[in-house]
Amino acid sequence: MLSLKWRLSSQLRSSCIFNLSNIVDRGGVFEAVNQAISWPLQLRVLAAFSASSASVCRGPGVESLTGTGVGKMIHSLFLINCSGDIFLEKHWKSVVSQSVCDYFFEAQEKAADVENVPPVISTPHHYLISIYRDKLFFVSVIQTEVPPLFVIEFLHRVADTFQDYFGECSEAAIKDNVVIVYELLEEMLDNGFPLATESNILKELIKPPTILRSVVNSITGSSNVGDTLPTGQLSNIPWRRAGVKYTNNEAYFDVIEEIDAIIDKSGSTVFAEIQGVIDACIKLSGMPDLSLSFMNPRLLDDVSFHPCIRFKRWESERVLSFIPPDGNFRLISYRVSSQNLVAIPVYVKHSISFKENSSCGRFDITIGPKQNMGKTIEGITVTVHMPKVVLNMNLTPTQGSYTFDPVTKVLTWDVGKITPQKLPSLKGLVNLQSGAPKPEENPSLNIQFKIQQLAISGLKVNRLDMYGEKYKPFKGVKYVTKAGKFQVYY
Amino acid sequence: MTVGKDVSALFPDVVNCMQTDNLELKKLVYLYLMNYAKSQPDMAIMAVNTFVKDCEDPNPLIRALAVRTMGCIRVDKITEYLCEPLRKCLKDEDPYVRKTAAVCVAKLHDINAQLVEDQGFLDTLKDLISDSNPMVVANAAAALSEIAESHPSSNLLDLNPQSINKLLTALNECTEWGQIFILDCLANYTPKDDREAQSICERVTPRLSHANSAVVLSAVKVLMKFMEMLSKDLDYYGTLLKKLAPPLVTLLSAEPELQYVALRNINLIVQKRPEILKHEMKVFFVKYNDPIYVKLEKLDIMIRLASQANIAQVLAELKEYATEVDVDFVRKAVRAIGRCAIKVEQSAERCVSTLLDLIQTKVNYVVQEAIVVIKDIFRKYPNKYESVIATLCENLDSLDEPEARAAMIWIVGEYAERIDNADELLESFLEGFHDESTQVQLQLLTAIVKLFLKKPTETQELVQQVLSLATQDSDNPDLRDRGYIYWRLLSTDPVAAKEVVLAEKPLISEETDLIEPTLLDELICYIGTLASVYHKPPSAFVEGGRGVVHKSLPPRTASNESTESPETAPAGAPPGEQPDVIPAQGDLLGDLLNLDLGPPVSGPPLATSSVQMGAVDLLGGGLDSLIGGTNFVAPTTAAAPANLGAPIGSGLSDLFDLTSGVGTLSGSYVAPKAVWLPAMKAKGLEISGTFTRQVASISMDLQLTNKALQVMTDFAIQFNRNSFGLAPAAPLQVHAPLSPNQTVEISLPLSTVGSVMKMEPLNNLQVAVKNNIDVFYFRTLYPLHILFVEDGKMGES
Repeated sequence: MLSLKWRLSSQLRSSCIFNLSNIVDRGGVFEAVNQAISWPLQLRVLAAFSASSASVCRGPGVESLTGTGVGKMIHSLFLINCSGDIFLEKHWKSVVSQSVCDYFFEAQEKAADVENVPPVISTPHHYLISIYRDKLFFVSVIQTEVPPLFVIEFLHRVADTFQDYFGECSEAAIKDNVVIVYELLEEMLDNGFPLATESNILKELIKPPTILRSVVNSITGSSNVGDTLPTGQLSNIPWRRAGVKYTNNEAYFDVIEEIDAIIDKSGSTVFAEIQGVIDACIKLSGMPDLSLSFMNPRLLDDVSFHPCIRFKRWESERVLSFIPPDGNFRLISYRVSSQNLVAIPVYVKHSISFKENSSCGRFDITIGPKQNMGKTIEGITVTVHMPKVVLNMNLTPTQGSYTFDPVTKVLTWDVGKITPQKLPSLKGLVNLQSGAPKPEENPSLNIQFKIQQLAISGLKVNRLDMYGEKYKPFKGVKYVTKAGKFQVYY
Repeated sequence: MTVGKDVSALFPDVVNCMQTDNLELKKLVYLYLMNYAKSQPDMAIMAVNTFVKDCEDPNPLIRALAVRTMGCIRVDKITEYLCEPLRKCLKDEDPYVRKTAAVCVAKLHDINAQLVEDQGFLDTLKDLISDSNPMVVANAAAALSEIAESHPSSNLLDLNPQSINKLLTALNECTEWGQIFILDCLANYTPKDDREAQSICERVTPRLSHANSAVVLSAVKVLMKFMEMLSKDLDYYGTLLKKLAPPLVTLLSAEPELQYVALRNINLIVQKRPEILKHEMKVFFVKYNDPIYVKLEKLDIMIRLASQANIAQVLAELKEYATEVDVDFVRKAVRAIGRCAIKVEQSAERCVSTLLDLIQTKVNYVVQEAIVVIKDIFRKYPNKYESVIATLCENLDSLDEPEARAAMIWIVGEYAERIDNADELLESFLEGFHDESTQVQLQLLTAIVKLFLKKPTETQELVQQVLSLATQDSDNPDLRDRGYIYWRLLSTDPVAAKEVVLAEKPLISEETDLIEPTLLDELICYIGTLASVYHKPPSAFVEGGRGVVHKSLPPRTASNESTESPETAPAGAPPGEQPDVIPAQGDLLGDLLNLDLGPPVSGPPLATSSVQMGAVDLLGGGLDSLIGGTNFVAPTTAAAPANLGAPIGSGLSDLFDLTSGVGTLSGSYVAPKAVWLPAMKAKGLEISGTFTRQVASISMDLQLTNKALQVMTDFAIQFNRNSFGLAPAAPLQVHAPLSPNQTVEISLPLSTVGSVMKMEPLNNLQVAVKNNIDVFYFRTLYPLHILFVEDGKMGES
């Protein structure tokens, strides 16, 4: 029996459900499993069954069981990879046939580009609401009137949770952790109602996998499911668990601002706004009550708060007062849109010209600092989508390196840092397909950059105070500004 | 993901594992049960005992897990056994168990509604609304609203100020998902007066800053709905307007899928209350890497927000878009330029020159779109931009899409006198007449007739040719009929023909693609739902229509009419009669085929006309004489839906009234007869009817049908007091008894001297009809234009 045990567990470790079902099928092994082997293996076998059961009920020619269970909210979830394989399905109500995804594939085909698949698709009996994250489609099936935003938010939360648990939200990670995935999905949604979506609570219910734990589990027979009631779930602060303890108490805040801008040919700003977030990493023992104040809170007139923030306090005193969740979370996101406040840190000079009746043209681009508040602009990348008739490009950069992809017609110039003494530029020839007319569409230009130690809106944290606990925490604030959707017209 | 092995044979073995103390194992066994209980109902009974036992477990987590799983086992036999444990769990001391049990009631209701009612679970659930724990309240609200949806009539969610207060308190403390349920519940409540509406709004407003976009949009829904009740003079009204803009804009910085849903909803909000986002034009500027579905939605909203103040920016942007790579997007951008020209008069000149620039690019699809929109610009600003015709004619050959061809032909026909070689141009199209689409054929026919009327000498042959092509060689009835009508017109009275065909055309309205106001009001109640994404009322697409409740915005002031029975409460026509979407912008369908020479049929034939063509100009006054001045059914002008006469209240907005906004047919417009009283409700008497105004007298045209088996006699009619004092001017004259299956048509003259009482909506009329069998009541809306005297002023009111 020992050998069987090893065989099973090694196969389980590679998450090979196919083999598992085959073993089970091969005659009475389950009996043996049930009676003889240790129960961590039993439950793995069971998980495999539960996972497989979705497809079990669906024999060939059996249509979906719709109509019997008119349910609210999310009926089923399919995970689909880029090559169109459905590699995971979960049904919270009756089983919906995989064939429903054909409508999705149809839309996907029509959209050509994966990013252009419409998020809401109607089919004769269902609606498909999908998101595209990390090269995966999360396709949910709903049957009645449900707020689509509710579904989309939930799907993103599922993806966030996978990311949080497995370090990445990829097909491989999900397949490797299929048992945990099913446990999570079961815990996150009940009858289509979201149950526990806060990472703090989920982690109390189901422990994230670590190599150490999986080894320990298989030897000692303990499991990764918590057996106590998640403490936070019922208190007035559902986002925090009780009994948090750290030897080093730390609270770090990252103020991250992204500039979304459209700059026209002449270099003037058509549109600019700042999308800012404050992400927090809080490792504080007990029940700390924090208040964070700003030098210039008036900047924040359009904000979205984490539920932990006391809205009344903000309204009256412009102070962020909250009992934080444990770990990493997004405290607030905000938008600064008044034009005069949005500084544009770089400028671009560019030109592209084609001669009549000739198959080549000249291309020239220079980038320089503008309102950069005396900080270094780094990590600059320029991406240009060239017209379709461009065959290749022959350019010389003064710094950095460039690539041109002749299939997607995307020119990428990795510039690096700007040194004001010598402005980076990229010049050279554009070759068109022979005989092709002058291109009618304009290239489009996107820029990425990064400025450390600066929040471009001028937002500054004044102080962080902690109440309710005695110890003195380490505190820190970091600022960074990046380009968001930063686009320059030709 | 697996080979699909059926492992239900292992049921007994798995159930044996159920008694374990290990939580993870228990969970997985439960998972297995949920999946296989249905296929092994007899064996599932074995699990009952364990469930009952687990429901008494000291660990609340296990109690909750048991009650949660129970609800997912959809086996009738089991459900009976589960009632007792569920009852206990609903009253459990631990809120975690109570909140799970609340959801379980909804599940059970789905399996066996009767059982849930008999066991009194609904009352328990209602009690949970007053629970001390906010999560329990939220789940109870969610469960109740799910159950209520399958029982539209039942008054399950009986919201009163006390329960509303409880919900609002719970709102602040429960999880984000709970907040969505509670907000959706709140949206179904109708506050008793504006003060209550304001206090609810004040307590909902903080939700606008929530990080979860679904919470934000649900809060927006509540606010948009209750704002309807607030007076616009109120300071708070202005504050609320200001507070609504930032969260809506913030939604646009989220993931593209969220943006899409948000944009679809913003599209509705902008139509209902343009003032909210009028200063936020720039956030709708399209970014290069937006997905196409986001780009198209943004473009639509940009045009809705375009005004004189921002038009320069908008045009500059649109011009950029017109040189992008994506064809669909470029097309829509070109169209958008045309719509701007029509919407903002000051910009028309610039728009036209932009369009001309685009035509110069010679990019095929750009040219075609440009020509389609220039046609509309000509309609809107006659005699202003005709100088560009020459440029357009240069591109005649490159047009290969029917819409563009039809538009070009319309232009040639309309301006035949200025185009020297108009006959040659049209003749060249005529060669392949039978290969053209119907749209182009109809347009060509009309254009050549116009040409003939303008230059009769040179084009006689051409017109003969097209008329014979249309009437003899075509099997398309629309085309043939139009051909015949032209032919007869031309042969009997060329002067009249000229008057008809070349009549002054009504100007097209500025806003296109607007959603019809009643539908818009209904959709505002459905913000954040699928209905708002599809811009259709839920009844139009939710499968089976089960549980769809017709929602309407609350009236602005809490008037005494609000006590009306729920049946009559919703304003406007029943959803079935509403058009799903107003037909695509563009062409006036001046469709001759809508000339209804016989007795008008009931039902709305207007919007459903399959023929879409450019303006045919038969709206002139000469028509009345042509067809004897009776029963002229106005063509639906798709492009002119919105600005009906200003005095018309929001209640007056069913489709047929819209057409009255065309305003060119002094008094001759008659809506088709609609069924007012179905036979089912009136012991076999079916009444359909409409209102007409002819030469200063109003009458109600009735059609009585006897669908019963006995003869009907002794008809009489009476009106309830109404807003304009409409009353029968003569008794209802049905001369002979009405035998089974017989129909009579009666025209009942009306006067406006009856007693007056303000109705809601304004044009509501309650009618009683009596016959030898019984008295029947029905309610109808009369179009306000019947009250207008011919000189354009409103009659005594």
